[in-house]
Amino acid sequence: MIVRLIARFLAFIARLISGARPGGSMIIVKGDPQMVFFANHSSHLDFMVIWSALPPQWRARTRPVAGSDYWGKGPIRRFLARRIFKAILIERSTGSSVSHAQESIDRIAEGMGDRSHIIVFPEGTRSMTGELLPFKSGMYHLALRKPELLFVPVYLANMNRILPKGEVLPVPIVGTVQFGAGIQLQAGEDKQAFLARAREAMLALRR
Amino acid sequence: MDISLKGMWLQIGPLGALFLGVLALLFIASFIGAVLERTAKSDSAKATVANLNARIKAWWIMAAVFGVAMVTGGVGSVVMFFLLSFLAMREFMTLTPTARSDHAALFWAFFLLAPIQYLLVWAKWYGLFSVLVPVYGFVAITSRMALSGDTERFLERTATVQWGVMACVYCVSHAPALLMLGPIPGYSGNGATLLFYLVLVAQLSDVMQYVWGKLAGKRPIAPTVSPSKTWGGFVGGTLTAIAVGTALYWATPFTPVVAAAMCLAITMLGFMGGLVMSAIKRDRGVKDYGTMIQGHGGVLDRIDSLIFAAPVFFHLIRFFYVP
Repeated sequence: MIVRLIARFLAFIARLISGARPGGSMIIVKGDPQMVFFANHSSHLDFMVIWSALPPQWRARTRPVAGSDYWGKGPIRRFLARRIFKAILIERSTGSSVSHAQESIDRIAEGMGDRSHIIVFPEGTRSMTGELLPFKSGMYHLALRKPELLFVPVYLANMNRILPKGEVLPVPIVGTVQFGAGIQLQAGEDKQAFLARAREAMLALRR
Repeated sequence: MDISLKGMWLQIGPLGALFLGVLALLFIASFIGAVLERTAKSDSAKATVANLNARIKAWWIMAAVFGVAMVTGGVGSVVMFFLLSFLAMREFMTLTPTARSDHAALFWAFFLLAPIQYLLVWAKWYGLFSVLVPVYGFVAITSRMALSGDTERFLERTATVQWGVMACVYCVSHAPALLMLGPIPGYSGNGATLLFYLVLVAQLSDVMQYVWGKLAGKRPIAPTVSPSKTWGGFVGGTLTAIAVGTALYWATPFTPVVAAAMCLAITMLGFMGGLVMSAIKRDRGVKDYGTMIQGHGGVLDRIDSLIFAAPVFFHLIRFFYVP
């Protein structure tokens, strides 16, 4: 109960600060697929802005995927990540260890179960400039594991101007969050092609 | 009969009378809007009428907000104009490209300069009010941006932020600053009445320029800046506002001739304010500053006519009427 109130309050604050309203076309989803919302990442506000923009019935089922090196550090961050946002914490791969990446995918798949949606930031870190960084391959491996997943592109504008990486105090610039039509891994589609298609779907939302 | 009427007049005063007049105007506008909605045939006419009605509806809300602010006295008006300034600056800064290294200066603009400027209005501290942004704000913004170490497009960036604070906060704050002007000899009204008068004439001029533009507007004044600002709309709109403002001279310390001159100043400066803010919008490639007010665009689209008119009207009264 208190956990839910704190979560709603934080989402309200994020929305207040960013002024972000859901824009663009409404997401029309057939059936009830599990969804992966993948967004560009430039600010700590990003997850909460997306989360608060989701329809309530999806919001309760949506978990963020976050780096344990940051969100597992210190009692407050840990409390926020584990209890409030029910984040799936993964270790961000620094090298290219295959077993390491595989473990993260295992964790995410396990965390999703057969009901949860997730929010991921495929750049792997917050962009300093607001320019879109290259995508990590996690989304492709997740799609291989669970081909039924619907990957929904999300584009966040101006978040890096509201609360850039390394700043503590937000500036009240108006942000926007755009949702696009979901994509699925096609039979025989390779890693490069899938990631390129995902990237294009996200960039198409940039005005 | 005569006595009771006079008694009523004293009770509502010039400010109340102006407000009742605005309500009457809104009733008439809503009535005309409803009639037009029934008679509009073509699709383009229907769209125009829909936009007109959205604007009228928004005017009801704006008049109500303004009315509440006036009724709550000085504090209400100061708080309302602070919020307008804040939202306008938010729209302005969103539209202009700022760099990452401008973050601290922007934070100061929103959370130091804007609140302090309005605290000074509320405290009636004219001396500091009139120099805060042009002197101390100028020093603070440019110095902070130099300290950030980023020299790329430095002049452009500092100028943009300073410009935004000047237009949205400093200039707009001169409207509620009318409340700080001391008693005017031989005038029973107060600063609040003058504030209402300024907003009424400036906004009426906007509305009538829009209406005349739709009815008789053909040749645009500055087609590259704003295709919707036409000579027909400009002449018809400003003349209508000047006529109404002159007829309302009894609510002000002005004689009818002075009232006409004041209205001329308000409408011309209101027009220039709108034109300058439009030029910025065209430069940034957008139609409106925001979407907050139905049919009108953003807050800044609505108060652009006060940006030049408010400070000049304030200083005209301060110079000629306050001893």
